[in-house]
Amino acid sequence: MSAITDPPQGSFSLSMLINDTRYRSYTFQALAAIVLALCLGFFYLNVSTNLAAAGLNISYDFLGSPAGYDINQRLIEYDSQSTNARAAVVGVLNTLLVAFLACVTATVFGVLAGVLRLSNNWLVSKLMAFYVEIFRNIPVLIWILIIFTIMIAVLPGPRAFRGDEPEASMLFDLVAFTNRGVYTPGPYFTRGLGAEGNGGINWLIVIGVLVASFFATRMVTSKANATQEATGVRPNTLWTNLAIWFLPVIAVLFALGLKWDIPELKGFNFAGGIKVGGPLIALWFALSIYTGAFIAENVRAGIQAVSKGQTEAAGALGLRPGRIMSLVVLPQALRVIIPPLISQYLNITKNSSLAIAVGYADITATLGGITLNQTGRAIECVLLLMLFYLTISLLISTFMNIYNNSVKLKER
Amino acid sequence: MKKTVFFGALAVAGLSAAAAAAGTLDDVKARGTLNCGVTTGLVGFAAPDANGVWEGFDVGVCRAVAAAVLGDATAVEFIPTTGKTRFTALASGEIDMLARNTTWTFSRDVDLKFEFVGINYYDGQGFLAPKALGVTSAKDLDGATVCVQTGTTTELNLADFFRSNNISYEPVPIETNAEGQQQYLAGACDTYTTDASGLAATRATFENPGDHVLLPEIISKEPLGPLVRHGDNDWGDVVRWTLNALITAEELGVTSANIEELAAAPTNNPEINRLLGTAGELGGMLGLEPNWAMMAIKAGGNYGELFEKNIGENTPIGLARGLNAMWTEGGLIYSPPFR
Repeated sequence: MSAITDPPQGSFSLSMLINDTRYRSYTFQALAAIVLALCLGFFYLNVSTNLAAAGLNISYDFLGSPAGYDINQRLIEYDSQSTNARAAVVGVLNTLLVAFLACVTATVFGVLAGVLRLSNNWLVSKLMAFYVEIFRNIPVLIWILIIFTIMIAVLPGPRAFRGDEPEASMLFDLVAFTNRGVYTPGPYFTRGLGAEGNGGINWLIVIGVLVASFFATRMVTSKANATQEATGVRPNTLWTNLAIWFLPVIAVLFALGLKWDIPELKGFNFAGGIKVGGPLIALWFALSIYTGAFIAENVRAGIQAVSKGQTEAAGALGLRPGRIMSLVVLPQALRVIIPPLISQYLNITKNSSLAIAVGYADITATLGGITLNQTGRAIECVLLLMLFYLTISLLISTFMNIYNNSVKLKER
Repeated sequence: MKKTVFFGALAVAGLSAAAAAAGTLDDVKARGTLNCGVTTGLVGFAAPDANGVWEGFDVGVCRAVAAAVLGDATAVEFIPTTGKTRFTALASGEIDMLARNTTWTFSRDVDLKFEFVGINYYDGQGFLAPKALGVTSAKDLDGATVCVQTGTTTELNLADFFRSNNISYEPVPIETNAEGQQQYLAGACDTYTTDASGLAATRATFENPGDHVLLPEIISKEPLGPLVRHGDNDWGDVVRWTLNALITAEELGVTSANIEELAAAPTNNPEINRLLGTAGELGGMLGLEPNWAMMAIKAGGNYGELFEKNIGENTPIGLARGLNAMWTEGGLIYSPPFR
């Protein structure tokens, strides 16, 4: 029988806060917290006294008053009599739009360039190295301006499309590339539901059908897996899946009476169809190729982190190079690629605040630009901006971390 | 990065209180230079010449104030500001005064806590359009794409004008005049709108100014003038009366050519004597030298001379005096008496 002796229960004395390693770290942490709180308190006091001295106050009332200015790209209903808060929401949506588009295309550019940079083809790998070095070593603001300037200088104005012998013509008579943006045909419904047969509900129906198709194909695939497990023969699911994807959607679109609204020259500009504004294109493209160059390096690092033995082993099993990349190397490389990729997505979102350089109405341009300027509420607007970017960045971070957890190496 | 902005805002708030308390006049005297906020470049109003020396109508006001306070018209640090940065620059104390064709409005005066010291140019908002567009009136601009400087009153007037006429437009927000010019000339916008004087000045720099017309509509009142921070009345008085001195000088016929002679000895006109400091104590009341107004007028001439030299009919900008003629000649330019 062994006796268990309790550790000595010495009485607590104040000097132990410094001398005892059990408490010392708490002491310093508490001190640091107090200093931080004092700093914040000082900043707060400083702001409030100085504002009071200048006769100003912190008030968010301006958010409810009419903005008074117009915005060229609005994803929701907005006019100059809408409130500043609504103008801010328009800006938020524009920021999210360009950030989302740029994240997608930057990933595509990055993965392509990163993989191709490792190509055995000298020309291809050097071209990609050139792309990476050129684009990531010139500030993104410069790229935004370069692309925008080239766009407005090279593409014709809408006026050039006018007349019997126009200087410029539309691509296939469908798409017009002008220096104000690209006008493409837009879908609309002739037999749809909702206001004027063209409400958002129609799109919800279409999305619903696509979601249903998605789950149906999942079921087909899992059934095929079960068959394969049981019999060793995998039934061909390609045609079934294609049919499940396309037939219901085509049927629904036909039932709703889908038509395409083709842009045509009306007055000063093209009317009808969908307009993708020049500033959006410039910002989107610049953010994509700039960040794509960084992502390419992440991808290259991730691929090179996968031991060569893996490739050789896959090759020995008879896999073709494309399958080796997609089935063996990339899945393992992802756990190295994803964490820095999160940073790149955050960078894209924050860099989208350079939008004002080309007159794109993002949140920095509406709330942090025009509203701030017209109301003079600088501190309030900047605080709101900080809150917005912080929230968005943390959200992106959270979702990407969830994804990262799902692809990282499972240690069992 | 966002944190920096926050601390920047705090610092700005801290500075503004400090600057308001210290007395700008003493600060300027101690520093030996005047920090004057101007545009980033609008020929005729404020733009650096080929040698990098700032010149223009607004620059003239800055130089006059510097001459009145420091006795040296060149002791000015010109700080280019955009429509967006100008008020922060002034509120934070980065600049002592702003002479940047800025419209005097209620909210800027009252809510933003600035002090407009007078009006040096009565302007209105106009539209510039290419002749080839075939537009004769701003009301024909339905559906047009309009370049407009962001953070300005023009942006709000534009929205109001199109709204009240029930026509639509698409705004292209731009930051500086140069950017607006570039986009307008490239055809990225159909028309460019800003103060009519600014449009005239911009058009003057075009390769073929004749290909562009100013539409007849003037859609707003834009009284432009220099401004200072609210609450420093002594400094406000200095800038206000320097501007008034330039205006009074034109009214009294005091020009840069005859000023030496008039200031040498008291003349028969008591108001000229008070203005030029050969009689009375007006300079001392402002905390300046007795010859402050003389220095100010000598710097670039009186109001009329500044106008003619920088934006008048004999310059490429070619603006007529119009509303900006002396009140004695049917205009609105008027100064309270020097008494």
